[in-house]
Amino acid sequence: MEYTLIIILLPLAMFLLLGLAGGRLAPRTAGLLGTAAMAAATAAAYTAAWEYFTQPRTGGVFPAVVPFDTVWLRFTQTLHIDLGILLDPISVMMLVVITTVSLMVHIYSFGYMKGERGFQRYYAFLALFSASMLGLVVAPNIFQMYIFWELVGVSSYLLIGFYYTKPAAVAASKKAFIVTRFADLGFLLGILTLSYWTGSFGFDVLCDPQAPAVASAAGRTFLGGSVLAWGLALCFVGGAGKSAMFPLHIWLPDAMEGPTPVSALIHAATMVVAGVFLVARLFPLYAAYAPGVLTGIACVGAFTALYAAAVATVQTDIKRVLAFSTISQIGFMMAGLGVSGMGGHAGTGYVGAMFHLFTHAMFKALLFLCAGAIIHTVHSNEMGAMGGLWRRLPLTHAAFLVACLAIAGIPFFSGFFSKDEILAACFAYSPAMGWFMSGVAALTAFYMFRLYYNIFWGRPAANLAEMHEAPAAMTVPLVILASITCVAGFIPFGEFVSSDGLPYRIVLDGGVAATSVVLALAGIGLATWFYADGRQRIPDGLAAALPRLHRAAANRFYIDNAWLFVTRRIIFDRVSAPLAWFDRHAIDGALDALARGAQGLSFVIRKFQSGNVQEYALVFLLGVLVITALAVFI
Amino acid sequence: MIIDYSQMLHLRDELSLTVVLLLVLLFDLFAPARARRWFQTVACGLVCVHAIGGLFPMEGFTLFGGMYVYTPVMTVVKSILAIGTLLVMMQAGEWLRREDTRIKQGEFYFLTLSTLLGMYFMISAGNFLMFFIGLETASVPMAALVAFDKYRHRSYEAGAKYIVSALFASGLMLYGISLVYGTAGTLYFDDIPALLSGTPLQIMAFVFFFSGLAFKMSLVPFHLWTADVYEGAPTGVAAYLSVVSKGAAAFVLFTILTKVFAPIAAQWQWILYGVTIATITVANLFAIRQRNIKRFFAFSSVSQAGYLLLGVVGGTAAGMTALVYYLAVYVAANLAAFGVIAAIEQRTGKVSIDDYAGLYRTNPRLALTMMLALFSLAGIPPFAGFFSKFFIFMAAAGSGYYVLVLIALLNTVVSLYYYLLVVKAMFITPNDSPITAFRSDGCTRLSLAVCVAGILLLGVVSSVQGGIALVSYGMN
Repeated sequence: MEYTLIIILLPLAMFLLLGLAGGRLAPRTAGLLGTAAMAAATAAAYTAAWEYFTQPRTGGVFPAVVPFDTVWLRFTQTLHIDLGILLDPISVMMLVVITTVSLMVHIYSFGYMKGERGFQRYYAFLALFSASMLGLVVAPNIFQMYIFWELVGVSSYLLIGFYYTKPAAVAASKKAFIVTRFADLGFLLGILTLSYWTGSFGFDVLCDPQAPAVASAAGRTFLGGSVLAWGLALCFVGGAGKSAMFPLHIWLPDAMEGPTPVSALIHAATMVVAGVFLVARLFPLYAAYAPGVLTGIACVGAFTALYAAAVATVQTDIKRVLAFSTISQIGFMMAGLGVSGMGGHAGTGYVGAMFHLFTHAMFKALLFLCAGAIIHTVHSNEMGAMGGLWRRLPLTHAAFLVACLAIAGIPFFSGFFSKDEILAACFAYSPAMGWFMSGVAALTAFYMFRLYYNIFWGRPAANLAEMHEAPAAMTVPLVILASITCVAGFIPFGEFVSSDGLPYRIVLDGGVAATSVVLALAGIGLATWFYADGRQRIPDGLAAALPRLHRAAANRFYIDNAWLFVTRRIIFDRVSAPLAWFDRHAIDGALDALARGAQGLSFVIRKFQSGNVQEYALVFLLGVLVITALAVFI
Repeated sequence: MIIDYSQMLHLRDELSLTVVLLLVLLFDLFAPARARRWFQTVACGLVCVHAIGGLFPMEGFTLFGGMYVYTPVMTVVKSILAIGTLLVMMQAGEWLRREDTRIKQGEFYFLTLSTLLGMYFMISAGNFLMFFIGLETASVPMAALVAFDKYRHRSYEAGAKYIVSALFASGLMLYGISLVYGTAGTLYFDDIPALLSGTPLQIMAFVFFFSGLAFKMSLVPFHLWTADVYEGAPTGVAAYLSVVSKGAAAFVLFTILTKVFAPIAAQWQWILYGVTIATITVANLFAIRQRNIKRFFAFSSVSQAGYLLLGVVGGTAAGMTALVYYLAVYVAANLAAFGVIAAIEQRTGKVSIDDYAGLYRTNPRLALTMMLALFSLAGIPPFAGFFSKFFIFMAAAGSGYYVLVLIALLNTVVSLYYYLLVVKAMFITPNDSPITAFRSDGCTRLSLAVCVAGILLLGVVSSVQGGIALVSYGMN
């Protein structure tokens, strides 16, 4: 399956081509080239998935395939960095997700970005992002994963700051980069810890709890925890940064300053689930050696899910609502992984998390693309400027409704099946966890339908008559993604992806399913009661009754302010300012002195460079004699 | 000893180079005037064929009773030198088509290839006599090349300085070799180690011998000729001196030190230790002050030679790998820089760094090429120079020379400063009368493209380093 290499190389080549020669191409040509390359990569990814999942199982599992692997940097005989491709169920699943959403976004952007300055640059960055994300998921070793992890961060930075003349976009891109980079420090330390104790970067060792190197490392402890647990916890910190887990989530809402299709691709479907993917990739090790860390992951995931859902209920910018919804849903996935065990029924959480990753990527991308279609015609992100849009944008309305039903967990839409798996796993873990997550699910249904009613129903917008449906380039991806959202739930996902690789038959737990459906309907009902008529009497009354809670939620519970306090007041004032003073006066002073010394010294020794060849010979001879004397007598 | 002349046929690289040499000579003598326009193409084509033919390593062997030794890694070194020579010849076209040099074009190729042949024999020598003949075959035509623009004052002055210094170095070296013979009674590399015991006389012999190669590599304190000669010599010749001549000397130094002087390694390692520090530091101090770009690169190349020594000092296979790899990367980077200098000098006659101000606005490609070359020389990732420095530091650190590596690392910071000065001049410093826009000939542009490809690819394509490691580890 060597051809899988082109899945990564095609977008990469397109990035180089459009990046270097994009200015000379017509925008249309550049867009078509980028889309064609992505379509080819998508075709190759589908072929690979087909080929992979139709191959015979060995010992009940699909064997991992490494179609390409080359040593890139060799430090010692055993420790080396390889570049290669690893195909196993989750990486193949991710290939399909990434190429599908990326292709949709490529097509969609054709309409959405039409006439923008830097159209070619935009497509070049999209291609770079796609290549990096694809390289991340197929990485056969953790170091390659890290390289592409950072590349993904860079392309995300570039795309958030695409409108670089807008100060808000520039600030958002910097914030996203710095926060995730800060978290990546944890990831790097985790990589170093794991690779130091196991002597390997490869997942063939790092994902095998029985490997001798791993088993021997498991015995070592540091500050009361095993070194493996420390390494895995540090890796999770990196994952939490990329996946916007509380309290490192602050960059994601701001990242909405980027073009909307970018939000759909990077900040809903692919990059933000990299952290989930990382935990899933190392899951065998987590399950075997760090159950405590898994519990922590479950708690962080669950809390993030609640927190983000609560904030989403009061946001008025539709993209921010979706951003918090994304954070909340990733919280679901993390919680699913956290409560999961290894193999069989215990591994339901793992299957659920991966399944939810898959379905969420599709319907959340759909939601963002719908939001793009709305913003495209409304020219505003604010709910206040919308209302009654269903008449003018029937297609967008239908697609948005499908996605809302899916995320709310209404039966037969994809989100129902995957979320149900997670909830079932949570109930199996502990009833408290199960009820907690079910409550968050109800809240999800509520805020999504609040969004839906405020956009499409309610008080008609002022300039409703001027609004129109988006061009075909934008609606076709909506239709495709909506169709996927309708049918994806029926994929026998557990057959392909499970914690131990053995086929797992997903069975709906009747009690859990009924609970979640009732709760979802309750959430939708509440939203209908509150918002469908557009007068907002009840919500306004609630906000007036609980002013402090409302204000806190609207301000995201002041987490951003807390971070600002830490960075501005503590790090900048107390740490950086003295260090800056020390740097300017002590270090620069010393270097200046050194430079002056060097200048003076070179002035003195300049005499040796007189141009007289006789003197050269003399120095030569003296050199020989001095060296001889030193060598003989010392 | 009976010499079996059929063994001559095994000298693949030397024979093919000799054939090229003779063909060039014949072309120079008999080609009709019309065909002479294609002289550069013909010469470069021949060398190109020779270089490609020499790319493939053979099994190691020994000929003429130990006079001539071949190991697979030598193929790599000879290929690097041949490619370096080819690039120099490609860049020399514009200079050689000048009114006063046109007639001597054939001599340039002939002399250059003669020195290359001398270096080949020097590399493969298994006996000090053979080594010395190779060295002199490389040296004497070199002096003629330095003085090639003999009607220009600076060039013949440089030639005179070079020949005097070279003679002096050769004399001392020969004296050292004679002392080796005096104490060991043999000149064969294989037999000497058993007879060395580290007596003061032998150490003195070593230092005298070492000074000869140190002169070729222009290590401090044997480097004083470098700046004057680089400045005065035609730019193409300076380029040749800075990469090919230096590279051959560095490699030979490594093989002779590890093979012949292994018993007194404890002594020479400390000598090299000191010389390395002195070379890198002094060269950096001088480079900061230079305003003439050719003198600037003279000191830059002196400091690069110091980094090459880092590969020698450990004497391990890892050091050999790092050294050869460093050489390959250095050829690409330095010839890219010299290619730009030569192109600009031919068109405008300008050789001062101040004149380079604003180059990016008028000749963006040349400025970018120069920038890449400087970044690579300074060792900025992801360019090849970063990887070559990385591996050479790794090799030295692997042999336990942590302090040396630390000093070298500090010096790379200094070197970054002066390399960036040139970049700053080209890209930032405003200039009312910058070098005018021009387009150099096809050969030069092709050679620069090859160099840029080398800078960009030699690092990231790790199989290059892996391949060198393969033949180097196979050596012992």
